[in-house]
Amino acid sequence: MGDSICVPNAVSAVPTTTVATRHSALVRVTHWITTLCFLALLVSGAEIVISHPRFYWGETGNDLTPVLFKIPIPASRNLVPTGYGYVLPDQNGWSRYLHFQSAWVVVFTGLLYTIFALVSGHLRRNLLPGGTDLSWRALWTSITSHLHFKRPSEAEAWSYNVLQRLSYLFVIFVLFPLVIWTGLAMSPAFVSAFPATVNVLGGQQSARTLHFFVSLALVLFLLVHVVMIVLAGFWSRMRAMITGRAATLTERI
Amino acid sequence: MSELSPDKHVPDKQPPRKLSRRRLITTGLAATAGVAGLGVAASLAQRYGLVPPDHVGIYGLGETLTYASQRLLTKHSLAREFSRSQISKPPFANEIPPLSEAYERHQVGGFADWRLSIDGMVARPASFSLCQIKSYPSQSQITMVQCEEGWSYIAEWIGVPLSKILQDVEVHPRARYVVYYSIDPDWWESIDMADALHPQTFLAYGMNGGELPVGNGGPLRLRVPRQLGYKSVKYITHMTVTDNLKGFGKGLGSASPESGYAWYAGI
Repeated sequence: MGDSICVPNAVSAVPTTTVATRHSALVRVTHWITTLCFLALLVSGAEIVISHPRFYWGETGNDLTPVLFKIPIPASRNLVPTGYGYVLPDQNGWSRYLHFQSAWVVVFTGLLYTIFALVSGHLRRNLLPGGTDLSWRALWTSITSHLHFKRPSEAEAWSYNVLQRLSYLFVIFVLFPLVIWTGLAMSPAFVSAFPATVNVLGGQQSARTLHFFVSLALVLFLLVHVVMIVLAGFWSRMRAMITGRAATLTERI
Repeated sequence: MSELSPDKHVPDKQPPRKLSRRRLITTGLAATAGVAGLGVAASLAQRYGLVPPDHVGIYGLGETLTYASQRLLTKHSLAREFSRSQISKPPFANEIPPLSEAYERHQVGGFADWRLSIDGMVARPASFSLCQIKSYPSQSQITMVQCEEGWSYIAEWIGVPLSKILQDVEVHPRARYVVYYSIDPDWWESIDMADALHPQTFLAYGMNGGELPVGNGGPLRLRVPRQLGYKSVKYITHMTVTDNLKGFGKGLGSASPESGYAWYAGI
């Protein structure tokens, strides 16, 4: 008798715990498209660097001019003085095709995401830190709890903490626009129409060097992002970003 | 959370259903508009020559977007020109492939018999000697050569705008591309008329105040400063004006896409 009363309760309890979504469908879809594109851009970008792993500052740079720095790896071209006795296979063709195709997809995805973030309130609600979060004391508390590798509280499965908000805002509204700008500043056709885009950076080789460093910053973000997800609970965070459902206290146990 | 659950408020069931129907209709309309928009965009792109010859294959979408957007943005824009003090020192020359016997014979003869022939969709097919090309008023530009590998240099290029020569052979109004060949017939490229008639697209025979060195493409090379270096073919001997690139090589526009590189190299 007692069991039969309990059953409907248990059944009706299921939807209320699982119906709430942690991440909206648009956030999830744009997140994973961006992830795929970023990995494609990273692999193809590395391949492009291998054809000339030397970096310069200013307008021009080549094998006869001094470098700003060079990466100590073999190159995929004969002419580059790398110090290695062999040349890697040339993979620049498909790398460049893939690089620009992924760049287009990421630009459109980013535009869609930005419009959504502005219109739906996602930016205001989930990304902009609250006024009290930005006090030095609150920031310091958040930084120290991160430095002690504290497992995030249950509430944080439902909301970004202040450091998360600041780093996501920085990646979305500073690093991504910068990497697109420095990329376009390397295009001889694009800068013929908009010369200021390369001139203010100090020249085409400066743009290439900056593009490299902004990409490194994005890679650094990716590494920290993945480490944080592992610390917070890899499967529950992955599930939240794939299915939209966040883990509840009972489910975790 | 529970007050958001519609099951608990039976009388309120109507609004969510209405909303979902409206949503269904708007989604349907948006999808139809999207598909129709893509179709219109594709046919417009085709009509205005915004589709590159290597648009086939998995990277076709990216290539088409790059070429179409840059063509719309840069139709008449000029490549950046630099001051004399910015010319790269020492002058740089990229590695060149082994030169053919035919080239070496010309080199021994001081390039006296070097000719550039132009045929295809022109009223007066012609063959120009170097002397005839040099008899056009010479112009110079200080522009950057940018290689797809990452290096670059600035030089002064002396020559004649290709548009002057094309004007004299009278290009057919329906012509859309100029295909050009180096003395090595496997080394060929093509550009659209926007680039072919562009004032900075030069037939260059001089560099940094002197003759064009062999390492830089002497005695004659094309300079297309709004595109990467590989479009500026060295040792140029032949040009064909056409309205369709299908009949050339594998039909991808030039030798570059045949070895995996983009036909349009504005980026």
